[in-house]
Amino acid sequence: MGLLSDPNRRRALISLLTRLNSPICVVCYMAGVAWFMGLAFEPFTLRTYMSENAMGSTMVEERFPAGERALTTGREFSAHKKKAGGMPVDWLVKTMQARGLEVFTQRFSRKLPFPDENKERYMVKGTNVYGILRAPRAPRTEALVLSAPCTPGDSNNQAVGLLLGLAQYFRNQIYWAKDIIFLVNEHDLIGMQAWLEGYHHTNTTGMDWSPLQGRGGSIQAALSLELSSDVITSMDLVLEGLNGQLPNLDLANLFYAFCQKIGVLCTIQGKLQRNDWDSVSGYSHSVQTMMLMVMKQASGRPWGDHGLFLRYHIEAASIKGINSFRQYKTDVTTIGRLLEGMYRKLNNLLERLHQSYFFYLMPSLSHFVSIGYYMPAFGLLAVILLLRALDLWVQLVSSPGVLSVLTPLVISHLTGVALYTLPIQFQEMAVEQFPVSETEAVVLTAIGYNVFLFIYIGWRVLKLVAVLYLAVLLGCTALINFSLGFILALTLVPVAAFVTPHVPKVLSAFILVILSPACTLLFSVFFFQELQELPVSFQEGWLLYLSVISQGILDHFLYGSLVYPLIALLVYPCWLLFWNILFWK
Amino acid sequence: MAEQKFSLSVCVCVCVCVCVCMCVCVWAVRAMMCGCGRDDFQEELVIRPLHSGDIYASFQFRTVWETDFMRGNKVSHYRLFPKSLGQVISKFSVRELHISFTQGYWRTMQWGQPFQPSPPGAELWVWFQDSVTDVDGTWKELTNVLSGIFCASLNFIDSTNTVQPSASFKPLGIGNETDHRFLRYATLPREIVCTENLTPWKKLLPCGSKAGLAVLLKSEKLFHSSFHSQAVHIRPVCQDWQCKTTSWELRQTLNVVFDLHNSAQGKREWSLFKMFSRTLTEACPLASSSKIYIDITDNPQGEQFEVSPATPLLSQAVVLGDRRTFSVYDLTQQITFGTVRSLNLLIRWKSSDMLRPLLHAERYVAGYGLQTGEIHTLMYNNHPYRSFPVLLLDSVPWYLRLYIHTLTVTSKGKDNKPSYIHYQPSKDRLRPHLLEMLVQLPPNSVTEVTVQFERALLKWTEYTPDPNHGFYVGSSVISSLVPSIVAMDTNSTRERPLFSSFFPCKEESSYFVRVYTEPLLVNLPTPDFSMPYNVICLTCTVVAVGYGSLYNLLTRSFQIEEPSPGLAKRIANIIRKMRGVPPL
Repeated sequence: MGLLSDPNRRRALISLLTRLNSPICVVCYMAGVAWFMGLAFEPFTLRTYMSENAMGSTMVEERFPAGERALTTGREFSAHKKKAGGMPVDWLVKTMQARGLEVFTQRFSRKLPFPDENKERYMVKGTNVYGILRAPRAPRTEALVLSAPCTPGDSNNQAVGLLLGLAQYFRNQIYWAKDIIFLVNEHDLIGMQAWLEGYHHTNTTGMDWSPLQGRGGSIQAALSLELSSDVITSMDLVLEGLNGQLPNLDLANLFYAFCQKIGVLCTIQGKLQRNDWDSVSGYSHSVQTMMLMVMKQASGRPWGDHGLFLRYHIEAASIKGINSFRQYKTDVTTIGRLLEGMYRKLNNLLERLHQSYFFYLMPSLSHFVSIGYYMPAFGLLAVILLLRALDLWVQLVSSPGVLSVLTPLVISHLTGVALYTLPIQFQEMAVEQFPVSETEAVVLTAIGYNVFLFIYIGWRVLKLVAVLYLAVLLGCTALINFSLGFILALTLVPVAAFVTPHVPKVLSAFILVILSPACTLLFSVFFFQELQELPVSFQEGWLLYLSVISQGILDHFLYGSLVYPLIALLVYPCWLLFWNILFWK
Repeated sequence: MAEQKFSLSVCVCVCVCVCVCMCVCVWAVRAMMCGCGRDDFQEELVIRPLHSGDIYASFQFRTVWETDFMRGNKVSHYRLFPKSLGQVISKFSVRELHISFTQGYWRTMQWGQPFQPSPPGAELWVWFQDSVTDVDGTWKELTNVLSGIFCASLNFIDSTNTVQPSASFKPLGIGNETDHRFLRYATLPREIVCTENLTPWKKLLPCGSKAGLAVLLKSEKLFHSSFHSQAVHIRPVCQDWQCKTTSWELRQTLNVVFDLHNSAQGKREWSLFKMFSRTLTEACPLASSSKIYIDITDNPQGEQFEVSPATPLLSQAVVLGDRRTFSVYDLTQQITFGTVRSLNLLIRWKSSDMLRPLLHAERYVAGYGLQTGEIHTLMYNNHPYRSFPVLLLDSVPWYLRLYIHTLTVTSKGKDNKPSYIHYQPSKDRLRPHLLEMLVQLPPNSVTEVTVQFERALLKWTEYTPDPNHGFYVGSSVISSLVPSIVAMDTNSTRERPLFSSFFPCKEESSYFVRVYTEPLLVNLPTPDFSMPYNVICLTCTVVAVGYGSLYNLLTRSFQIEEPSPGLAKRIANIIRKMRGVPPL
């Protein structure tokens, strides 16, 4: 600070920064990317460890015996599901009651803003069934949740079977200190949303549901189970929730610890752990795992039924059984023991999970990158914006009127508002007018117009405002959802840095379009498919892209995901400002 | 060891001899003690098979003593009445004292109404004599003394969780004084009840746990249950129907529910041994009556329901608005124990229907986030055609700041205006909110009471050691006169089973019910206590260095100021000026 209070040195520093502005920016950008890529390198990351003492030191013995019976129950469930053509409510109620649970149902209905073509649904009506195992001598103040979705078709019957099997086994134990809620939800996330809203008596998304009759107090943790085959090769842990929120790292640690103890193969992002971190392939493996997590987190959508719990400050994760025809097989009894162990440890919790990290990335299940390590990567990108802003500020001779930039700001935000509202408003009209599908109609109305604005003010003022705006926007985004902030920074920061009215117009316009949020999403779709080892052709990719956009819009209206409004109302107008600068006359 | 055993058996022998002697002498003693106040002890166990397959056992021990603790000269000779409690009554001028310790929540919808309701945790309510001048001081002392007697954390009762309900807790004994200045009510929803509370409770019994029904009270079984509640009630009662003189009644009750799945492996087959891992061999020799009642009302057909050994004695009692039939075992009769000299009751039943409870209630916190929330209290009136009024009492700690203007009461979608509201706002760190209201519940309806609150940020020393567990809000209390199906017995002095005579009954057409909702666990905004040192260091550094110098830079403008030139320089400048050259 002494440096800045000396006017001579301050002047020298500023002249240095303005003179070397571009090289410093380039170096910062490279350093930011390099730092980020370094995060996946194992020696730079920390090993995971259990922070919560209540779950760490206590020994738990798993004795769940009834895997075969659970499978039989699953088959029964499947038969009844087929007969009922959906959720076999009566059968589930009867079965849960026979296992000594207090059983309740909840009806819900929801009209989607436009038909969802991926899942072929528009008017959704369903019923959730849940049974509460009342803990002996507990006053109904705390609860744990185990849920399994009732999905159409043949999938996930084993999960419901195992859920019922565990309910029966848990019911006969005396050691429970928290009520355990066994929930079978229909229509996956929509049912889960209805149940959670009913449980907490809130209504954030305008869904219709019947009020819940039984509750178990404040929910401490939840697991969602997905299991579609009798034997599996590995268990996959899914953490990414709504708006990129993650559960406490201790939940992941708990899963990992029990997989190690019981000897079940466990994966994250569907990727097994590798020990050869020092080889190139080992490093690229962990980069892929971490990039998958970053892409999923950035999408802001819940990647499993657990994703909606996180809003209510309930730590939750989804556990998926994967059957990939490897030699290593695990039967349902073992998975039951895994879950039993996890629930017994969660039952031991005295406080909510809070000891470990809430902000992290995982390059593998046994290693994590905490917020302190990944934030510098973003910081290096964000500092470019500040440097450019400083440069512009110095170049401005007279202090400009701030009001002069009001017009472009207002106009670009109005287009943002239009982008936010029009897709839903006009999709019906588009469907009537043109032979396009519903999803395409939504997307085309969304990206169909790129307004060319020509407003005549000093471009430096406008750019200064735009750069600072972008810096604040990205900074806030990265605090809440690092991945989204980082990906946006990766593409928008170069644009913000180089755009002036004096660069070659056509080439710059091309680059600007390539680096726009819409194209970033397109590339992300291809990149994500590549990472998942499911490469797609351009045609398929385009279709996927359209469905991703419509899913994003649906996520916003159904579950309150914030990515779509963020892009439409803030990021897109910001990008338009840069477009404006390019075509300044 | 052997010696010990021997001495023990001698002791037992002596005890038994003494007991037998006392049995013989009981009448003589009674006759002798007539002058200084008769006392009487009764014990009773009610077993009710529940619709869910669980089984409910309720013990009641009643000691009645014709004495006056408030007399000038001190009562010093105690026989059946525990001295520790007698001294408490006289020292603190207690008129009525009710204390309960409960572990678990009574599931009204599965189990029906309990004989003595109680909220999870500890509950204490006391009426003081109107001669007490400093009620708050006496209350504070009393809670500390009771804390010692019952080995419980009752010393945590202070002004922040004590209220003076205006209507919900009327005296249960005789007395016309109902000025609620002399009433104190407090709950500790977090109190955990275990063996250390049971032992002092058992010591208050005349026979301890040596003989009589109390033999069954073994903690390893009592705490292997779904619900456990023990209570002590002291109140003045009438001696006879003329009510010329009063006597003191001490009722010790213990309620326990055993679980079908955990304790009986899913079979609806229970025995005393299965429940308590003991059988009965004798009554308490000091007891004037010792009985076991088994509720057989729901099972009129013999083939569904089986009790062995069978008993010819049947009794009918009106309890909780319903006429119930009981099989009675009189333990004072030797014949009850049969040839094996031990009684192990066996109950087996297939299934039964339960009378749907007419009144039940639940409560939960709605909303998410750590700033605001909403407390919802639901009260169900399941009566098909009769409405009845209920008194709702809510005592909410000060750190949940109730927005009382958001209070709504709705039934059947319509606004339901309470006919009486007593609200006492909280004072931070001094007293809780108290909300009492009289609400009419329409027939066959759900009445919902909602009120929004804001979560306060506590001072950092006010957090508990486990702040992320959450903070408890005690149960709401719903007191009501529920319409009865059969005529109630209003004669309070007639000989009746103990379980049916706890709440005094004034009208024939309705009976008194108290329902407790579940306590709430609410999370407050909690700082990260795991790294206080880091936080303090970092904040201080940021404030001292960052803020200070940034503020400096922003508010001052820096300019280079030349020092005033020396004499030589000034002269040189004058010369240069004359020469027309720019100055130095």
